[in-house]
Amino acid sequence: MEYTAGKYDVVVIGAGHAGSEAALACARLGFKTLVTAINLDSIAMLACNPSIGGPAKGNLVREIDALGGEMGINADRTMLQIRMLNTRKGPAVRALRAQIDKKLYQDRMKRVMENQENLQIKQTEITRIIVENDRVKGVVTSLGAIFECRSVILATGVYLKGKVVIGEISYDGGPNGLFPAAKLSDCLEDLGIKLMRFKTGTPARIDGKTVDFGKMTEQPGDRDINTFSFMTGDMEIDQLSCYLTYTNKGTHDIIRKNLHRSPLYTGDIVGVGPRYCPSIETKIVSFPDREEHQIFIEPEGINTREMYVQGMSSSLPEDVQLDILHSVKGLENCHMMRTAYAIEYDCIDPTQLQLSLEHKKISGLFFAGQINGTSGYEEAAAQGLIAGINAVLSLRGKEPLILDRSEAYIGVLIDDLVTKGTNEPYRLMTSRAEYRLILRQDNADLRLTQKGYDIGLVSEERYKRYLEKKNNIEREIDRLKKKSISMTEDVKDFLMNRGSAEIKGGISLYELLKRPEIEYGSLKEIDEEMPELDRETAEEIEIMIKYEGYIKKQLQQVEQFKKLESKKIPENINFVDIKGLSLEARQKLDSISPANLGQASRISGVSPADISVLMVYLEQIRRSRGGEQAGKQENTD
Amino acid sequence: MLDRTIAAIATAPGEAGIGIVRISGEKSTEILKKVFKPKRVMDIDDIPSRTVVYGHAVDSKGAIIDEVLVIIMRKPYSYTTEDIVELHCHGGIVPIRRIMEEVLRNGADIAEPGEFTKRAFLNGRIDLAQAEAVIDVITAKTETGLNAALNQLEGELSKEIKKIMEKLLSMLAHIEASIDFPEHDVEEITAANIKNMLLEAKASVLELAESFDEGKIVRDGLSTAIIGRPNVGKSSLLNVLLKENRAIVTEIPGTTRDIIEEYLNIGGVLVRLIDTAGIREPEDIVERIGVERTKGAISNSDLIILVLDASDELRQEDNEIIDLIIDKKVIAVLNKTDLGLVIDEEYLKGLFGEDNIIRMSVKNRIGIDKLEERIKGLVYHGKLSVSKNSMVTNIRHKNLLDRALENIKRAILSIEENIPIDLISVDIREAWNSLGAITGDTVEEDIVKEIFSKFCIGK
Repeated sequence: MEYTAGKYDVVVIGAGHAGSEAALACARLGFKTLVTAINLDSIAMLACNPSIGGPAKGNLVREIDALGGEMGINADRTMLQIRMLNTRKGPAVRALRAQIDKKLYQDRMKRVMENQENLQIKQTEITRIIVENDRVKGVVTSLGAIFECRSVILATGVYLKGKVVIGEISYDGGPNGLFPAAKLSDCLEDLGIKLMRFKTGTPARIDGKTVDFGKMTEQPGDRDINTFSFMTGDMEIDQLSCYLTYTNKGTHDIIRKNLHRSPLYTGDIVGVGPRYCPSIETKIVSFPDREEHQIFIEPEGINTREMYVQGMSSSLPEDVQLDILHSVKGLENCHMMRTAYAIEYDCIDPTQLQLSLEHKKISGLFFAGQINGTSGYEEAAAQGLIAGINAVLSLRGKEPLILDRSEAYIGVLIDDLVTKGTNEPYRLMTSRAEYRLILRQDNADLRLTQKGYDIGLVSEERYKRYLEKKNNIEREIDRLKKKSISMTEDVKDFLMNRGSAEIKGGISLYELLKRPEIEYGSLKEIDEEMPELDRETAEEIEIMIKYEGYIKKQLQQVEQFKKLESKKIPENINFVDIKGLSLEARQKLDSISPANLGQASRISGVSPADISVLMVYLEQIRRSRGGEQAGKQENTD
Repeated sequence: MLDRTIAAIATAPGEAGIGIVRISGEKSTEILKKVFKPKRVMDIDDIPSRTVVYGHAVDSKGAIIDEVLVIIMRKPYSYTTEDIVELHCHGGIVPIRRIMEEVLRNGADIAEPGEFTKRAFLNGRIDLAQAEAVIDVITAKTETGLNAALNQLEGELSKEIKKIMEKLLSMLAHIEASIDFPEHDVEEITAANIKNMLLEAKASVLELAESFDEGKIVRDGLSTAIIGRPNVGKSSLLNVLLKENRAIVTEIPGTTRDIIEEYLNIGGVLVRLIDTAGIREPEDIVERIGVERTKGAISNSDLIILVLDASDELRQEDNEIIDLIIDKKVIAVLNKTDLGLVIDEEYLKGLFGEDNIIRMSVKNRIGIDKLEERIKGLVYHGKLSVSKNSMVTNIRHKNLLDRALENIKRAILSIEENIPIDLISVDIREAWNSLGAITGDTVEEDIVKEIFSKFCIGK
């Protein structure tokens, strides 16, 4: 018996990382929002790795934060350990990675959402989305409640027709013992939405009391505490360590002997798994020559002894899992608290979405997170934030926020999904970004906070902080350019101590700072006028000066990129009729319907020759339209 | 656009044994039906692809224009991958023009310069470098030039380029892997490996880039200026060379005046004589602009033939000219040796090198062959490399190779300076982009337009 239960502007289905960012964004922008989850204990759940960040992912968190999202702040408040990776490589690839206390993370996010104005939370299962005339009208729950709304954001993670597989046993289930969503997929298919079936997995959790850490290498956190959020400032935490051990030949033998019991290799699992996060059995099969694989034992929280076995995701039967664990140095006597499992789930083909994450054919229907075929909390949160922002912008009657590949990793992520699609769970990596040097984690605020402010998601406080930083940087760089020094005794010593060459004549501090051996901080020895700037600002200045040459080069590449991006493709174009396009190109262009030539060039199956054809075609259309205009002019003269 | 059916006269204008009208596009066979009557009664649609059919070209009233042989090449196995029809008629100006008119009247559009080859490229049958090679095959003036162009048309150059690109790509992959999976990275090994791979790539690119010096000469000819003060015998030398070695004379309409280019084929070396009009003007007219003209010729040339009067001492004008050419490749011809040898030969040998001094008497035909030998020697350093796999003949390619080389060198330097490896990947990617622009693999905007505008109609 269905009944009308309420009216909202936006309904967010799912409260994982995508759902929570989406819900908070919509509510913070002043729109009445309902967020639902099959179980409220799953809010912002870290279902797999107890960590946030890493190469490319850390960049996403910073960008989410710069735009006014919540993940960065939440991670800072609940981290157990923080490390900066790739420190000996350039600033463009340095990555911040934190071990997170899972329970605290969830608790805090739930609290933030409960305290958020305009936001209501409900535990319920949505089984149907009401669509009329290609417009979203509302949602219906399994208990018959109808919520009217103008926009729906689907952030269902891995719950859609979730099937858990452990060895020969499988059952309908969501992650971590929670219920799956059985009915919603059918509704989506009825709406004409194309689904795919993916799989992902998670390793076992073991009891820390039963682990012999003495046999492993300790990996403590960094001495310098870096944080994700630009708002956090200096912080102190007592850090916990992770521990490194390895599999060995014995481990590999056990796995090989039992491959016939692995659902991946018996065909019981149909869904495609993530190539960059393979299960241990896949690693053994794909890399048979490797004698050992790394295993990290990571803490899951300060109030628990559960530890996460990173590197050993698996869907092998439970007894085999135990044998495998016990063969690893340090884990000989470990007790397995939660069994590793694989989970298959429905997701959609993301090429059905526009760059705004709204469905191409159904207005008001947005998709974010693993439902779009991505893996990872950060990827999900980024999409959730964008979907939330764009749902609101659409309701405001404004143009959506679309970040392009030269503006943010978020742009790379969404463009990849929507333009190229994906046939396995998509993981963001730095290699996917062409303009890495511009998309650094240290300049996320300089790139995005203004946009966040213009939309209304960035607080005055954050905006002020950003403006101050921006002004300080510009002012200081200007000063460094204008201030010159010459070879005084002090300068001579200064340079000699650092193994730096002598100066001939005068040189600006700016030029001096370009030398790799000169640090910005050390300049105060020869420059009394140096201002007191915080570490972040100082670092930014240093990076901008030292890598100026490379950054400039990359900016030139961006210019080339923008040229193609700016060549818009009109909406009503019929690709199928354009002679000279290869058959494959015609089909792909027709199905993805790119907004501009740049996007078209990234579609697989579209060659540079096809782009040339399109360029010529568009030019002709432009000319014939121009001709029409000219004709009209003549008539009226 | 590409849905037009295009037609052009594919043979050069003038009287010849055969003239060809070529049609490409969807309406090709339809048009053929209207302008062609096969001798034996048959359905045009039944004619097998790539056979020759005898018949007559006819006009709208059915009157015969000419005897023709027709070849139909059905898509996709044709030059443009579209349906192509060729009508081969007698090569007189009138029949071919009339056939062309009928073809146009029945639905074809006149092809733009290079449009057939452009379609071959756009339809994916050849890449950009191969397309450019077509024009080189057509305009080849020596056998060496032809071979080099054919090589490029076959895709040999593209193959070399792609090999290097793959190396660069694998370097990028290495670097990316080390960034995205820092726990598995051993930095020192990665940097050392990348440096070795870069050194290899540098050698390959350098080899190709260096081949351009020869390649340009092979394709465009060695541009040569014959200079010297009035009355030393420049024009008689020119006449002798032309009589014996003339290759082709082409008239190229210029904006202010017609320029005549004259080519010599000296033992396989294409020599392009610059500004012979300057030499041809009667030498007793006082040339106020003489020096300017000489300077212009000098700056544009690869080789200078300096003509001096052997029977006289070096005059001031000679020395002024010598000052202008001191950085150039010079062969000094001491002409009029039949009147005696007065000039300071030793001094000249010191300036230009002993091998580059040629005693000559044009009047008595002495020394001409020595000049020819020396020209050949200078170009090929003694070795003729017709068999080399790929020669770069095109300046667009050379510039891109230079750009790639610059980036690779910078990457190597950066590794030695311990610059982080992810920054170095920027240089490597630039190098990769530059190479890709040669074959058209990386999309650079108006390249296509630019290239095909250089083609002539009918190809």
